Amino acid sequence: MNHRLIIFLFLSPWIIGFLGFGIYPIFISFYYSLCQYDVLQIPMYIGFENYKNIFFEDLLFLKTISNTFIYTFARVPLNITLSLLLAILLNRRFRGISIIRSIYFLPSLVSGVALSVIWLWIFNPQIGLLNIIISFFGLKGPLWLQDPQWSKPSLVIMSVWSVGGGRMLVFLAALQNINPRLYEAFKLDGGNDFQAFFHITIPLISPVLFLWSIIEVIASMQIFTEAFIMTKGGPLDSTLFYNLYLYNQAFENFNMGYASALAWILLVLTLIITTIQFKISKKYVYYEGLK
Amino acid sequence: MKKTLIYSVLFLGALISIVPFLWMLITSLKTGNYSLAITIDSLFRDLNFRNYKIIWGKIPLITYTKNSIFISFLTIFGTVFSSSFVAYAFSILDWKYRDKVFLFIIFTMMIPLQVTMIPVFVIYKQLGWLNSFKPLIVPAFLGGGAFNIFLFRQFFLNIPREIIDAAKMDGLNHFQIYYAIVLPMAKSVVATVSIITFMFTWNDFMGPLIYLSDKLKGTLALGIMLFVGQNQTEWGQVMALSILMIAPVILVFILFQKYFISGLMFGGSKQ
Repeated sequence: MNHRLIIFLFLSPWIIGFLGFGIYPIFISFYYSLCQYDVLQIPMYIGFENYKNIFFEDLLFLKTISNTFIYTFARVPLNITLSLLLAILLNRRFRGISIIRSIYFLPSLVSGVALSVIWLWIFNPQIGLLNIIISFFGLKGPLWLQDPQWSKPSLVIMSVWSVGGGRMLVFLAALQNINPRLYEAFKLDGGNDFQAFFHITIPLISPVLFLWSIIEVIASMQIFTEAFIMTKGGPLDSTLFYNLYLYNQAFENFNMGYASALAWILLVLTLIITTIQFKISKKYVYYEGLK
Repeated sequence: MKKTLIYSVLFLGALISIVPFLWMLITSLKTGNYSLAITIDSLFRDLNFRNYKIIWGKIPLITYTKNSIFISFLTIFGTVFSSSFVAYAFSILDWKYRDKVFLFIIFTMMIPLQVTMIPVFVIYKQLGWLNSFKPLIVPAFLGGGAFNIFLFRQFFLNIPREIIDAAKMDGLNHFQIYYAIVLPMAKSVVATVSIITFMFTWNDFMGPLIYLSDKLKGTLALGIMLFVGQNQTEWGQVMALSILMIAPVILVFILFQKYFISGLMFGGSKQ
């Protein structure tokens, strides 16, 4: 059989998927974003009206952008730092270490709906686990998800519990790839542990840190299920995140055109942020350690 | 001194990780007032399995479980076969722009799902697929996702050329080589991809939420929603259902720990 035909046949599942569920939807999505469209009637072209409304009329748009960015900027550094610290602490040998690591990993198995309902109950101000523990110390816990001041921090706390153990394992693997002789040599030259961390550990695992900071940023910006189930965007729109708002516009209000415009803005934002991360990484990420 | 401090921190962290699970279990075994206010001294008082019985009557739990298993199984099947099949073209076969096209596929992972979500919804509507499992299953057969292709490709690239050449000498064509030689060698990747796909499909909420509106077509993930937010949330029942939902995932984790963790290392993990 012709070699080209064989290549084409092996690629064909992806080609069909990419054309039907990738390229075509992306272009059509841009067209929808220029239309008024409720799914029932055919799309009506209105030019850049949706974009104009989003940027100049829609007060919730800015609110959702700021909610999403605040959440992302709180969650990403916190998760990366804590998981790395945990990995460093667990990077040693003692009896029972593998059980401890598995226990830390356990929360990573819970996600989406199950995660949301469990934490909905942990955060319950009256009967939730968290406030029971806090009251144990004679203090009064906050209202958590029901308080606009605390709702975003609550979701960040939940994310630490939920993804921390999984990220820790990844960083642990990276730490274990570092040649121990590097540390010995560094100490012979008079360096201490603290300096070794910044001069050996961080540079050598920087590619992993970089990859996971990108994954964390994308994951944070995509937050949907948790907010949909736990808060519905409230209280006072304090957890109305971008994707939740987009979903509401598309599938609650059936403003498909408007929602498509929101989706395109998200695409551009994601590309800008990732490009910035790549630019920064060129300066700080050290790839020699991988070769 | 330093050691004691480290161990205390590690112990505290492990406690934070596991206590919600134990508390969940205990809550699921309590009914009536006991599930409302659990105190330390009433912790193990009056434990029973009533919640587990009640939830079977409240929602069509057997149907939901069946639906979840059906969708997960077919999605895993489609993902494993189509992603390994496509990966074959990006590793064993040689062609001019192969690696450039592959980089492009990796790049497409950056495109947010929301951009294609609405047009894809419209496509399914026009095909008459809304309110069926097809929108949740069929895409798995069309490439199986960039990340899974990536995992298979990495493995296939490390298969010695001699093995492929010897198979060709024996008269096998590429489809036979894929099915009889390359795929069986990649058992560990098959396991990893299956587990990642299982985790994702089993827990998927947005897909069923958008595509399945018929109550009897729901999945477990949608089923839990029926318990939350009604006037008074029965936490004991919610926790019982949550435990039923996460139990298979934990079981798979215990059985296939090695693959689970290697899959995670490569970078694919829940959001």
